[in-house]
Amino acid sequence: MRHLMSPMDFSVEELDKLLSLAMDIEKNPKKYAHACDGKKLATCFYEPSTRTRLSFEAAMLNLGGSVLGFSSADSSSAAKGESVSDTIRVISCYADICAMRHPKEGAPLVASLKSTIPVINAGDGGHQHPTQTLTDLLTIRSLKGHLGDLTIGLCGDLKFGRTVHSLIHALIRYPNIRFLLISPEELRVPSYIREDVLDKNNIPYKEVERLEDAMADLDILYMTRVQKERFFNEEDYVRMKDFYILDKAKMALAKQDMLVLHPLPRVNEISVEVDDDPRAAYFKQAQYGVYVRMALILTLLEVEVC
Amino acid sequence: MLNVGAISEGFVLDHIQAGTSLQLYHDLKLDEGDYCVAIIRNARSNKMGKKDILKVECDPNTLDLDVLGFIDHNITVNIIKGEKIVEKKILKLPAEIKNVIKCKNPRCITSVEQELDQIFVLTDPEHEVYRCKYCEEKYKGHKRVR
Repeated sequence: MRHLMSPMDFSVEELDKLLSLAMDIEKNPKKYAHACDGKKLATCFYEPSTRTRLSFEAAMLNLGGSVLGFSSADSSSAAKGESVSDTIRVISCYADICAMRHPKEGAPLVASLKSTIPVINAGDGGHQHPTQTLTDLLTIRSLKGHLGDLTIGLCGDLKFGRTVHSLIHALIRYPNIRFLLISPEELRVPSYIREDVLDKNNIPYKEVERLEDAMADLDILYMTRVQKERFFNEEDYVRMKDFYILDKAKMALAKQDMLVLHPLPRVNEISVEVDDDPRAAYFKQAQYGVYVRMALILTLLEVEVC
Repeated sequence: MLNVGAISEGFVLDHIQAGTSLQLYHDLKLDEGDYCVAIIRNARSNKMGKKDILKVECDPNTLDLDVLGFIDHNITVNIIKGEKIVEKKILKLPAEIKNVIKCKNPRCITSVEQELDQIFVLTDPEHEVYRCKYCEEKYKGHKRVR
């Protein structure tokens, strides 16, 4: 039985297979409409999330399965003090697979150690968000045609932004990847990503503060939201939240085939005037998120569709 | 000079940094067993000036000495059988350490579920970097290595 805690849990070959499956699902959705008949997905969400939870639910429903779960810690037995280990032991009796989001880092790993069903990390604090990474990889591969030979700009909250950390982990395994890390001083990529991931693997990267200085070099611009829930201090959040705003003027500096990605929800960091630009791929990205979660559920449940 | 009798079976930890033997006593969980233990503090040492020594009478296989590699790899471990040193153990950094240090990341699951084992994994042997198994936070605490 396999779980998914980090994008690194899959080898490059396994990832290629998963992404190919997701692309086949996109082309032939009917072929997969009953692949999970009779199977149940438990969505255990200890912190609010709309799109990740609904994306998982849509994925399972598209496969013919059903879903059950909770969408906040208040409506679960965690409010009564139940441990994650106990909760997953019980959920294992009710469902065939579980997607877990938790504000505490490492909670899905704790669950996976006690679970008898596959556990998918649907986001744990500021740590990992592997299914967002799978979504990002599928979006890039589908729209660019390849995952190597890219200059990727990561912009915004690179300190607490778990999507950014997971994406860096995943992309460094492809050839000729370069990063431009665009953030204010206070929200720079944590040292463990810089030292243990980028430096250790000799990945070229540059840290810059101004988005304008990076635009012309980028094949992908990955924007992130400054997340209020990651700050202990309201004052710091207010100071940081509108540090970057991508607008038409900045888009004019970019290549004609650059893609703008965003894990969503956005607040002010991408102006709505950019939405109609053909390079804005963030809503397509949300659709790819459903396909890749369908592929993941099939893979972890070891369901083969002929 | 203080005389402490020889032990017939067990181990002698020599060259412990002066003043740290009591902490080591707890790190090795010697307080949890029915062991005969001698703690010698501030003994004279040509090499160190002052040092601590710990003598424990027990089956040497019953205790996890690997953790010493994390705490202080300069400690000399002498395994005793029949009142004689039969082996000098070379300390290595353990691949994993359990319940010796705590994760200080307030966002880590171990900060709220305190029954979980505190597990740190050696992720970079060259730089002696340990990270929390759950949240991957780097251990930045004081290591008692010299």
